Amino acid sequence: MSRGTTLGSVGTGPAASAPRSIGAEPVSSTDRIARSPLFQQLVAERTRFGWTLTAAMLVVYFGFIGLIAFDKSLLAVKVGSTSTLGLVLGVFVILFAFVLTGLYVARANTRYDALSAELKRSLGQ
Amino acid sequence: MIRAALLLLASLAAGPALAAGPDLGAVQQQATNWPAIVMFLFFVLLTLGITYRAAKGSKSAADFYAAGGGISARTNALAIAGDYMSAASFLGISGLVYTSGFDGLIYSTGFLVGWPIVLFLIAERLRNLGKFTFADVASFRLDQTAIRIISATGTLVVVAFYLIAQMVGAGKLIQLLFGLPYLYAVIIVGVLMIVYVAFGGMKATTWVQVIKACLLLGGATFMAGAVLYRYGFNPETLFAKSVEVHPKGEAIMAPGGLVANPVEAISLGVGLMFGTAGLPHILMRFFTVSDAQAARKSVFYATGLIGYFYILTFIIGFGGIALLMSDPSYFKLGPAGAFDKLKDMVGGTNMVAVNLANAVGGPYFLGFISAVAFATILAVVAGLTLAGASAVSHDLYAQVIARGRTTEAHEVNLSKIAAVVIGVVAIWLGYVFENQNVAFMVGLAFSVAASCNFPVLAMSILWRGTTTWGALAGGLVGLVAAVVMVVLSKAVWVATLGNPAPLFPYDNPALFSMPLAFATIWVVSSIDRSRRAARERAAFEAQYVRSETGIGAAGAHAH
Repeated sequence: MSRGTTLGSVGTGPAASAPRSIGAEPVSSTDRIARSPLFQQLVAERTRFGWTLTAAMLVVYFGFIGLIAFDKSLLAVKVGSTSTLGLVLGVFVILFAFVLTGLYVARANTRYDALSAELKRSLGQ
Repeated sequence: MIRAALLLLASLAAGPALAAGPDLGAVQQQATNWPAIVMFLFFVLLTLGITYRAAKGSKSAADFYAAGGGISARTNALAIAGDYMSAASFLGISGLVYTSGFDGLIYSTGFLVGWPIVLFLIAERLRNLGKFTFADVASFRLDQTAIRIISATGTLVVVAFYLIAQMVGAGKLIQLLFGLPYLYAVIIVGVLMIVYVAFGGMKATTWVQVIKACLLLGGATFMAGAVLYRYGFNPETLFAKSVEVHPKGEAIMAPGGLVANPVEAISLGVGLMFGTAGLPHILMRFFTVSDAQAARKSVFYATGLIGYFYILTFIIGFGGIALLMSDPSYFKLGPAGAFDKLKDMVGGTNMVAVNLANAVGGPYFLGFISAVAFATILAVVAGLTLAGASAVSHDLYAQVIARGRTTEAHEVNLSKIAAVVIGVVAIWLGYVFENQNVAFMVGLAFSVAASCNFPVLAMSILWRGTTTWGALAGGLVGLVAAVVMVVLSKAVWVATLGNPAPLFPYDNPALFSMPLAFATIWVVSSIDRSRRAARERAAFEAQYVRSETGIGAAGAHAH
């Protein structure tokens, strides 16, 4: 298979597939990567950022749904000559989702990709 | 025809029973629409040409399942957006905005907000760990047989319900738009999707989706632009005119009765949001790009395209109110020329976007939008068929039945046979379900995706403690709970089976079934003291390193 042999061992059970699934490297290299400060920094930063943005999305969306569920009259308040707060918030939720993905991608393209490249260099890849 | 419109309204009035997708309702055959048919034939010829080229270039399993990993982030984003911009979301949501105004936004936002979650937690890790299907990822360190069986079952259940809803919708829509008999329409859709998938694999399926996404985005942009142009590009003027002519008046600008109670609203939201992260035909698309960076960018572009599209459908729905409601030529007139603005639209309220195409662009643009609607259904069912066929050949056959002792060529051939079988079964189901209420099925597909596929996938990637027993039990509990709760709900228990009262009070089960699946995975994994469980927990480290760095991940295909 020209897609690499990395998953070639699937089907032989987890005990066999896990160590082999990291490809041509020796088994111990997983530990070496996991212990590397660069890896730990990358994962800690990215995980924290990912969960923070996830929480932000959940709060905004379920806040919106919560208002629909519990306070319909607030959403009927007029903010323009005809448009209502509900309408503005609905469009805001859509834009907010897009902006959040943009924020994540911007940071990933710069910060995380750089850390990742540095990690791979340090491992001699 | 009035009966048909009433049926349609009844299905809309069922409110949250629509769950994740307003259905396309009951319709009646119309006069043959030649401009639409000619434009559609043009689309079919173009896509068959692409399929022919893709078939010549597709040799390996990687070509067939994942387009050789050579799809660019932008192309993949269009394909993802295309999978999402189904006929139900284009015609259904604009129709919902037409009848209920603001309430259409509840669906639009719900469909969209799953994407950031997919990006932050799933997309890159999925690309780093998997090869062709999400079961590759879920079973990375767990038992191949057990996890592939539960993942493939979840996939096939989601595909089956989604496919039935699309086939029935396709038959009715085409009957209406093209004036073709229902059965012909279902057979045309079934045969074309078999051809795309069996011959062209993922490459053809992707390009069919991309072309359709461009046509649909272009058509919707033109319509929304034409509507705004009439109102001086001032949305306030459009809204003011809409409130003036709509029977519900100012009420269309605020939440109405669509989501009746708080629990229902939140459960719908949970199902829409997390269902997205568990749809097999969408998750497969992350394996068609070269690496995690491309996977990440495709979600970003796709979120933008989908969000833009939903804003367009909202404008189109309001355009329908403002431009069509006071024009009797778009309604079936009763005695003395009277008509009900909400019930009597020609073709039913799901035809708002189509009738509006005629109002702003004339008969040829109407033909164009009709052809695009047909193409939309075709592209979506092709993606579903490919996901189902992959689950059968790559997960069930290669790993469970043949235990990994099969050749790549054999596996791909089996996948093609599976695509043909799924296509034939889909035609048959479309025929059988012609006069059934299928509105709940897209909702059920989302609920199963959120309650079975998503918990198994998320827990196996993110939590070290997950074991095979835990994932298997949790996936099974989520699957059964979602299906049983929908069967006992109003949409099936009362509306389809004819019982007097529902046994489960809500139409959307995800708020209950999804946490149940997560809790089961956690509890069963925690008490799992088997030796295999210990090995699986120990193997998390290697999976973790690869999911976070992509070191060792399957790269782009060589040719």
